Amino acid sequence: MTPGRPDGTASLTEGVADGSPSRRYGLRRRPARQPEVLRSRPGRSGAPWPLAVPAAIAILFLVLPLVGLLVRAPWKELPTLLSDPTVREALRLSLITATLATGVALVIGVPLAWVLARVRFPGRSLLRALVTLPLVLPPVVGGVALFLALGRRGLLGQYLDRWFGLTIPFTPFAVVLAETFVAMPFLIVTVEGALRAADTRYEEASATLGASRWTTFRRVTLPMIGPSVLAGSVLCWARALGEFGATITFAGNFPGRTQTMPIAVYIALETDPDAAIALSLVLLVVSVVILVSLRERVLNAGTGS
Amino acid sequence: MSLDAHLVVRRGQFTVDIELSVPDGAVLGMLGPNGAGKTTALRALAGLEPLTDGHVVLDGVDVTADPPEQRDVGVVFQDYLLFPHLTALDNVAYGLRARGMRRAAARADAAEWLDQVGLTDRAGHRPRQLSGGQAQRVALARALAPRPRLLLLDEPLAALDAGTRLVLRTDLRRHLVSYGGPAVVVTHDAVEAMVLTDSLIVLEGGRIVQSGPPAEVARYPRTEYVARLLGLNLYRGAARGDRVELKGGGELVLAEHVSGEVHVAVRPSAVALHRDRPEHSSPRNVWAGRIAGVEAVGDRVRIAVTGPPDVLADVTTDAVADLELATGAEIWVSVKATEITVYPV
Repeated sequence: MTPGRPDGTASLTEGVADGSPSRRYGLRRRPARQPEVLRSRPGRSGAPWPLAVPAAIAILFLVLPLVGLLVRAPWKELPTLLSDPTVREALRLSLITATLATGVALVIGVPLAWVLARVRFPGRSLLRALVTLPLVLPPVVGGVALFLALGRRGLLGQYLDRWFGLTIPFTPFAVVLAETFVAMPFLIVTVEGALRAADTRYEEASATLGASRWTTFRRVTLPMIGPSVLAGSVLCWARALGEFGATITFAGNFPGRTQTMPIAVYIALETDPDAAIALSLVLLVVSVVILVSLRERVLNAGTGS
Repeated sequence: MSLDAHLVVRRGQFTVDIELSVPDGAVLGMLGPNGAGKTTALRALAGLEPLTDGHVVLDGVDVTADPPEQRDVGVVFQDYLLFPHLTALDNVAYGLRARGMRRAAARADAAEWLDQVGLTDRAGHRPRQLSGGQAQRVALARALAPRPRLLLLDEPLAALDAGTRLVLRTDLRRHLVSYGGPAVVVTHDAVEAMVLTDSLIVLEGGRIVQSGPPAEVARYPRTEYVARLLGLNLYRGAARGDRVELKGGGELVLAEHVSGEVHVAVRPSAVALHRDRPEHSSPRNVWAGRIAGVEAVGDRVRIAVTGPPDVLADVTTDAVADLELATGAEIWVSVKATEITVYPV
């Protein structure tokens, strides 16, 4: 019963029958959703051999080492090996420091992601590149850099040492800093991507309702990018858990204080290969558990879709 | 409460430059083709778009320099923008909470607003669980709840299907009346413009090309766009059976049976004009009138005929010559019953 039916009058008005006004302008609707385009062409499922063969090699390359780990694992002695105090200490230290590093990254990394995504200032793209540098920087270099900044003779470290008697290197705190340095970019990049992809009009709606920018961030922005923050945190935590290079450089290898799981694996490989395999298995299990428990929900959110 | 604004927004080659003033309790309709600057103007009023020049004065207070959160302007966005992670109730309570009201008080107030739009039973639902019409009403309640000094609506009914739109149009009119402050509605829809607004401004290319009460704009369209958009004869009357007694005098015969208060719409292109009383003709509505105005717009001529009922007819320039249509001429009007659209008030 809306105005705008096809015009069928054979009256004097024939000449204007083409442009039924309400049809042309009145009933503006969103365009109907297009049927989803099929991703792959139907009826062509096989892959040509120049692609199939390298792909198979790639799978083999990725899976074989893991198979090796499982085959060579000293399953019988596993309980004894894992109940070793050194192993338990390393595992405990790794879990605590990785969690703390993720916490630090959340507290300072999410605000940085917001600034990078929402505030326009000169040098923003340079800063963005700088933030992602630890992603590609060899972790050992990161460790050296941390040492030069926060070591006893470092840029900032010398004052911490002189004025407060605070020495950071070779402490559990150094482990947390090293892990944060290497892992935080994963969180920042994920969250910044989500912020840039998010519909800022919701933030505008919040502003028209009288909310300050801080309230808008807490009550609208953060809940809406929640899945990405979670995804970034998981990536960050996993990276921190596996951190080796920066940690051993900046924090050293003191069992019970700075010897994390990856370092324990490396050390054990020289003295007690079976113990190394057992520790590796533990890290593998932790990784698989993370992957399975959060699976696609988080990984999809992480790509900003 | 009142709105007085001069909006100048320059963006590259495009400039929006319009002046508008809306008194208390009045509804200003903003019409115009896509890209005419309607949304830009609305955003500028809300403070979401910085002004290059000009001013926005609400209640005699200059708010030009204020950010949106300090303007006290309620906005109903075209796609509502309800916060997806909050329930309908918390969406409505949001503005009250943001202004510092305690949670319990804000929720109680929000519940009242939901009741006013008839959605008490949807309070706990998330936006994605609401139908389009329900979401629209939540968005309206959310904008009204903090009692803004100015209400802005960006094509508030555009995203709805025809049936829902019918019901909500009437509801919206009621809420706009009880709101009491100045309101600005962007619309593309002729009926919406006629039913909801007290006056219209028509934008093209960032400027006002016409303004005035809806009936006057429809009668003397200055551009082809306006003529097409506002091509509508809208009457109100009491229906009984297949007949409608029109408020302004006259009677129309419908192709269907209805009863009660109704709106009746006839497109000007569906109105036929004759020099003599049409004999043996199929149209069931025939009446005599006098031509009150002839307005050429683009490829058509809009003829205003005094009835009763008064009617606008769109004819070709050839017809004007053939029928010697001129102001003051006696003329016969005919409309087929099937060309008349009826909807309840």
